[in-house]
Amino acid sequence: MIGFILSRLLQAIPVLIVVGFISFAMFAFVGDPVTIMLGQDYTEAQRVRLVHELGLDQPFFVQYAKFMWKALHGEFGVSYRLARPVGGLILERLPATTELAAVAAVFALVIGLPLGVYTGIRRTSFLSRVVMIFSLLGVSLPTFLIGILLILVFAVLLGWLPSFGRGDVVHFSHWSTGFLTLSGLKALVLPAITLGLFQMTLIMRLVRAEMLEVLRSDYIKFARARGLSQRAINFGHALKNTLVPVITIVGLQIGGLLAFSIVTETVFQWPGMGLLLVQSISVADIPVMSAYLLLIAVVFVAINLIVDLLYYAVDPRLRMVRRASAGSR
Amino acid sequence: MSATVRKPPGLLARALDSDFVYAFSRSPVAIVSFAVVVICLVGAFFSPWLAPHNPFDLASLNLMDSFKPPAFMADGDAAYPLGTDDQGRDILSGIMYGARISLFVGILSIGFSLLVGIALGLVAGYLGGFVDTVLMRVADIQLTFPSILIALLVDGVVRAVLPREVADNAEIYVLIFAIGIARWPQFARTVRGSTMVERGKEYIMAARVIGLSSPRIMLSHIMPNVLGPVLVIATLNLGLAILDEATLSFLGVGLPPTQPSLGTLIRIGNDFLFSGEWWITVFPGIALAMMVLSINLLGDWLRDALNPRLR
Repeated sequence: MIGFILSRLLQAIPVLIVVGFISFAMFAFVGDPVTIMLGQDYTEAQRVRLVHELGLDQPFFVQYAKFMWKALHGEFGVSYRLARPVGGLILERLPATTELAAVAAVFALVIGLPLGVYTGIRRTSFLSRVVMIFSLLGVSLPTFLIGILLILVFAVLLGWLPSFGRGDVVHFSHWSTGFLTLSGLKALVLPAITLGLFQMTLIMRLVRAEMLEVLRSDYIKFARARGLSQRAINFGHALKNTLVPVITIVGLQIGGLLAFSIVTETVFQWPGMGLLLVQSISVADIPVMSAYLLLIAVVFVAINLIVDLLYYAVDPRLRMVRRASAGSR
Repeated sequence: MSATVRKPPGLLARALDSDFVYAFSRSPVAIVSFAVVVICLVGAFFSPWLAPHNPFDLASLNLMDSFKPPAFMADGDAAYPLGTDDQGRDILSGIMYGARISLFVGILSIGFSLLVGIALGLVAGYLGGFVDTVLMRVADIQLTFPSILIALLVDGVVRAVLPREVADNAEIYVLIFAIGIARWPQFARTVRGSTMVERGKEYIMAARVIGLSSPRIMLSHIMPNVLGPVLVIATLNLGLAILDEATLSFLGVGLPPTQPSLGTLIRIGNDFLFSGEWWITVFPGIALAMMVLSINLLGDWLRDALNPRLR
């Protein structure tokens, strides 16, 4: 077990080094921070001094090592657009994105899983067919369009929910939360549904497909023959065995949630990291972009690791396979 | 036995008699989605001749016609079936011209990632060894990230690298590059897999024995045999690429308002949502969703129909 974790961690390091390299290359070679920071009028002496202060006169690999070392300490340079340290900017925006993604993930699981089980068991019922048709729409509609339509219906026409921002937030030292105020909770509803809808339909369709597969298998027939109750068969035997692919997809989709939070945050003007990234890209604010890339790489590597560990916990067969094929990968 | 020899049926007759066409004629989903795709393609490519107005012709615009609701509503104008936007441009014509740009970007970017994916996949699969390891590692790393994120970052970096005048004129090609480069690993992996299978077969050994060069073997002997599955994946990815383009344009980092794709139209319309002019954003949205949905359904059907295991 520990060996497994270690080997996965070792595999993650090259990924981070490569992404760090790209991120550094962006930082160092795209745009010219010196002319941007000096502005219109400057003397050659000022320029040379700034180049020296920024460490741009040092060899490439020294600069790269310094960049990574600073990144490890949460220093990513200064945003060209806002003239503030990028680390602090991102830290400030982190709670908004985390809360949005978490609520969206919970929404997707809590609605998607039962619907998938239901449509898998009652395959031919009217309700199942309606749900399946709607799920097809959920997969094909782009995220931003879902957001716009929800705003149109619930904010513009009905006026029930706010259409932008986080509402009132409560601050705890570094963290700000919208969970504790009514307006904060109300502001979460539409963005979370927008962000979670695609994942929900995905989970639902996946659980349904897996349930159909599993319910056909011999051990379910045997469980029926033993006279177990429907509930025990459906939930105790069938659902449990659908969980491996579901965990993979849900895990990998957390990355998707973060990526699509960019879109959702833009639609709802949600003050998170995604909105920060979009605003930075439109003015080529490279330090923010490279820091975002590094951060998201760390998150994705961590998610992949956790997904692998969850497999291990859920599927005992994998332990055997891994042991048998150890070293062959 | 009769003396008349039956003439072999022509190519068209054989095509119409194939399993493929039979399966198509028995699938209402395939027929309907095919029809929608054809309508979109015709409407998009012939928009200069079919569209009721030309949204780019500034002389024909009249600000008095701005914010007209769709024709079926109380103060609608029959000349503007889906209403007009803030500049008095016809929404229907805007959608047709916009779909043209969306499809153009979608098709070219998939074409680009096919090109990169097939080339790298062939090289990785055929040469194996170190090249293969490096290429597939890169593909793995890239696959960890959602393609929209990669397209967004590539787009941002390329714009920052290019001088401003160039970047402003080449926005559409920057976008095609960014979306295309975000999707090559899927194609490369599929091609690599089938190339490795083909490489071991006798006809490739024969080709080697007669002294053909590696590029020649890859291009004219292996490639035709590995293309099928990739093309099906390409259909499925076309819908996604169109969505990528729409999303980037909606975020304001895609196409500028001077080259409005469906995504740009939706973004422009979004500004008027709160003042009640919902049609400016909803109709382009419906058009986009229908186009993508039917391409996806057709791609799904194609995948199932061409997969002999599912017959």
